[in-house]
Amino acid sequence: MNTAIHLVYLACAVSFVIGLHLMNAPATARRGNQISAAGMAVAIFTTVVVLVRDHTVTTGAVIALVLGAAAGGLAGLIAARRVQMTAMPQLVSLFNAVGGGAAALIALGDRVVSNQAAVTGVLDVAIGGVTFTGSLVAAGKLAGRIPGRPITVPFGRPISAALTLVAAALGVWFVAGDANSWLLGGVTVAALAVGVLLTLPIGGADMPVVISLLNAFTGTAVAMAGFVLDSTPLIIAGGLVGAAGAILTKLMADAMNRPIIAIMAGGYGTGDAVAVTGG
Amino acid sequence: MSPLLLADLTVFTLALLVGFEVISKVPATLHTPLMSGANAIHGVVLVGVMLLAATTTDVSGYILLAVAAFFAAMNVTGGYVVTDRMLAMFRSRR
Repeated sequence: MNTAIHLVYLACAVSFVIGLHLMNAPATARRGNQISAAGMAVAIFTTVVVLVRDHTVTTGAVIALVLGAAAGGLAGLIAARRVQMTAMPQLVSLFNAVGGGAAALIALGDRVVSNQAAVTGVLDVAIGGVTFTGSLVAAGKLAGRIPGRPITVPFGRPISAALTLVAAALGVWFVAGDANSWLLGGVTVAALAVGVLLTLPIGGADMPVVISLLNAFTGTAVAMAGFVLDSTPLIIAGGLVGAAGAILTKLMADAMNRPIIAIMAGGYGTGDAVAVTGG
Repeated sequence: MSPLLLADLTVFTLALLVGFEVISKVPATLHTPLMSGANAIHGVVLVGVMLLAATTTDVSGYILLAVAAFFAAMNVTGGYVVTDRMLAMFRSRR
């Protein structure tokens, strides 16, 4: 039974790779996405089978899982169906934010974080936290809720650098010392603040590239969550998206003739973001 | 490092290498759909949230679990549906 489950997960991972590859060309792109979606459906169904077989899930956990997933799935479905073509990039950014948030919550919620998983647990909340708030700010800028022009926070860069150091120190303390969950919480708060500070100074015109970069971050955070849970599908899919997202970010930046470093430095571009969608 | 961690690390490294290679010369019009498609794939985090449910036994854990499930399910369903809509529009325009 365990072998069968591993083989099914492997097949799902293959479908993600094939799906992503087919999305390189216009003629096969839609089929690629469908293959990837089919793999995802199988992966989720297989996990249901695993949970039912193991009988370790409490009733409360089942209720929380089913209610949360049903509400979230419905919200995502409605948002994706109703959204205007021009508003799609900010919706993708919102979906990216919640994906990163979910990855961070996995490390925070995992009560059996062993010493082995401590490093990846810290990386998970740090990367997931940054991408959660960063993507929310990016989505807000594209939607016009936050002004699209570059917003310079006084001493924004030194503050981000200091917060990064604080997060790193807390992370090292967590890994080396006792696995106190308050330390992990501190890393989370610092990461959430850094996400906001990194994205605010970037102009709306550069947002698609930033969203792609944050997408790659989320992939990496999901892979780290896979380490925490020792789950191969998460590690493979997360690593895949992390690397492919990084390449895609480079391609998008090249297409706009804007070096990634210059984009991250911020201070450029107007609020008119609708004009820059690639699709 | 334990053998388990080493095995995970091997898989992760190879997945990264595949990810670097799987994207080649993408036409600029496909950049946004491809980003959205990749975004849907990391919705696999829902599988992780489900695995987390197996070790959750207290009320604060349940609340966290429900929020995580909400986030992950939104990522996965919304991600695939919005990508499909983008690509459907793309094809009909050609």
